[in-house]
Amino acid sequence: MLTLTDIERKEYSNIWVVAEVSSGAVQPVTHELIGAARELADARKSEVWTVAMGSDISSDAKSLFAYGADKVIVVDDARLDGIQDEVEAKALVRLINKYKPEVVLCAATVKGRALIPRVAVMANCGLTADCTGLSIDPENGDLLQTRPAFGGNILATIRCSNHRPQMATVRPRVMKAPEPDRGRQGEIISECILDTDADKVKKIIEIFHSSEATLNLSDARIIIAGGRGMKGPEGFELLKKFASRVGGAVGASRAAVDAGWIPYTHQIGQTGQTVQTTLYIACGISGQIQHLVGMQSCDVIVAIDKVPDTPMMQMADIAIVGDLFEIVPEILNELPKL
Amino acid sequence: MKIVVCIKQVPATNDAKIDPETKRIIREGLKAIMNPFDTYALEEGVRLREKLGGEVIALTMGPPKAEAVLREALAAGADRGILLSDRAFGGSDTWATSYALAKAIEKIGDVDLVICGKQAIDGDTAQVGPGISAHLNWMQAASVMAVEQVDESCITVKRMHEEGHDICKMQLPAVLTVVKDINTPRIPSLKGRLAAQKAQIPVWKPEDIGADPDKLGLNGSPTRVVKTQPPDPRQTDTIRIEGTAQECARALVRELRLRSLV
Ligand SMILES: Cc1cc2nc3c(=O)[nH]c(=O)nc-3n(C[C@H](O)[C@H](O)[C@H](O)COP(=O)(O)OP(=O)(O)OC[C@H]3O[C@@H](n4cnc5c(N)ncnc54)[C@H](O)[C@@H]3O)c2cc1C
Ligand SMILES: Cc1cc2nc3c(=O)[nH]c(=O)nc-3n(C[C@H](O)[C@H](O)[C@H](O)COP(=O)(O)OP(=O)(O)OC[C@H]3O[C@@H](n4cnc5c(N)ncnc54)[C@H](O)[C@@H]3O)c2cc1C
Repeated sequence: MLTLTDIERKEYSNIWVVAEVSSGAVQPVTHELIGAARELADARKSEVWTVAMGSDISSDAKSLFAYGADKVIVVDDARLDGIQDEVEAKALVRLINKYKPEVVLCAATVKGRALIPRVAVMANCGLTADCTGLSIDPENGDLLQTRPAFGGNILATIRCSNHRPQMATVRPRVMKAPEPDRGRQGEIISECILDTDADKVKKIIEIFHSSEATLNLSDARIIIAGGRGMKGPEGFELLKKFASRVGGAVGASRAAVDAGWIPYTHQIGQTGQTVQTTLYIACGISGQIQHLVGMQSCDVIVAIDKVPDTPMMQMADIAIVGDLFEIVPEILNELPKL
Repeated sequence: MKIVVCIKQVPATNDAKIDPETKRIIREGLKAIMNPFDTYALEEGVRLREKLGGEVIALTMGPPKAEAVLREALAAGADRGILLSDRAFGGSDTWATSYALAKAIEKIGDVDLVICGKQAIDGDTAQVGPGISAHLNWMQAASVMAVEQVDESCITVKRMHEEGHDICKMQLPAVLTVVKDINTPRIPSLKGRLAAQKAQIPVWKPEDIGADPDKLGLNGSPTRVVKTQPPDPRQTDTIRIEGTAQECARALVRELRLRSLV
């Protein structure tokens, strides 16, 4: 494969963040990535650039300076409405070829995880998925990327010394967003780089936003999850109440999803989503390995089960033995009133 | 409709160990299975063929023993299987893996649709599906939860994302990655299993797919795993709470408050 010489590598500088844009707005995970990029850029004495691509995105783009961006490239185009992997990938590759960033960070969301591998292939560079740690060699700019694999049972450190840019995705809530400094200024670079005809777009026929008042799993700080022990869809109504009281999202085991009590989008585990929240409360989930791999990296795990020694009860930081249908309503009583 | 389903063989258990010498994961001794997400990819391919006619080809890249997942795929309805296996493919990252698979798909020829699982449970990157699509310069849809409509030139799919879903229509040929919600895989019949055991499975080498050796295996992989280690263990001193429902609830809320979680 084409690798770069030392001289070619030196042409690449600055740390880029691809802004996560959905529903016409820059999402908070972008601020977290800018925070991480800022540390890398400071170590390298270089700049943080953010690329914001979307429809009607210009005004939102300006808000990114406050979090530490020095420059924001804006690609504002009506054709970028919805998830348009092919067009966005082409645009990003053109920008990479033009400005030659040393590092490109992107959110490990459904959208980012579809877009960025396409870019990495087209730009001939390496991509590390779901990084939980990033550090940079101040001398040569090599990025050391740490990521969990095998369902969180291994931490791998990955390096792409011979290629630039070095690309990585980071899950929401893994990095901390810096406090915004509203007075901070930066430069906006507007780019019109979409082909007018050659770029085929997908036709987005319908966009459906889940009407449930609950947060989505990847953005949540707290998850209240239920399993077979919830007995039916009514059980999950109780958990929704619990979740909305603490500002959390509702998760589920596969047993509950397969029983049809709650949609698959809530499933946590090997064939669902992996989450890393500050608090995870498992209600009536026994904790089989396929479930545990999806949530074992949460900071504080609470289990409620009538059986005292299930794998979940053993893994938990706090294990409550008892009938959840009696305990959960009492917890709602005890929680501070909103 | 000519459909290729990409299938990866993965270790069945989640407690893989690492060889301290080679820093490689010790896969010996672990039972190998078809990547769970790929069972849904396969089932979707077979269903589309049953509806529209055509052919389902199961494709895997791996060591010789990866042939087993192709036999499993044949038993579950695939028409034929192809194994990409050669030392030169060893050590591939997602760039090189998707390159080799894309070259094999080109070699198969006239493919309308490629279906992958959303992600493999070992490497966990979810990068190979979009990577294949980039190498082929086809359109793609990731995290597909339903195929709504297909004709000769277009496919309409429902994609899952964090805030709900969308429905999009795109041109064929295309690459899909699918989630579990898309279907319930069938249980292979005994007859299907027996036939699958007897099937001939061709093994393709780099020269068979016209691959550039510089883009294969370690040579073709921009990423290097330089270190692997177990994550910090969870501390296991569990606080146990028992008593009446009210006592339990009080104790829990107190603990959560102490940690500023509520
Ligand atoms: C390839 C594969 C992939 C899989 N992927 C996933 C995945 O992504 N996610 C996932 O979750 N699973 C997955 N599974 C399934 C997994 O193996 C388990 O079957 C599943 O997680 C069990 O769900 P559960 O804990 O809710 O049910 P159970 O194991 O039945 O546990 C229910 C618990 O509720 C308790 N309980 C019952 N009633 C009460 C009550 N009134 N009060 C208090 N406690 C009560 C019981 O004591 C028990 O501990 C997968 C399996 C396979 C083979
Ligand atoms: C600990 C560790 C960490 C790693 N981290 C990275 C990383 O960050 N970046 C990177 O580029 N590589 C990484 N790799 C290498 C990567 O795991 C391999 O390239 C692997 O062959 C494909 O990646 P995956 O398992 O993540 O597959 P995914 O991209 O998650 O697989 C998605 C789908 O692609 C198809 N597919 C994947 N592999 C095959 C195959 N061999 N044959 C047929 N179909 C297949 C299947 O349909 C599968 O469901 C890592 C490897 C290890 C051991």
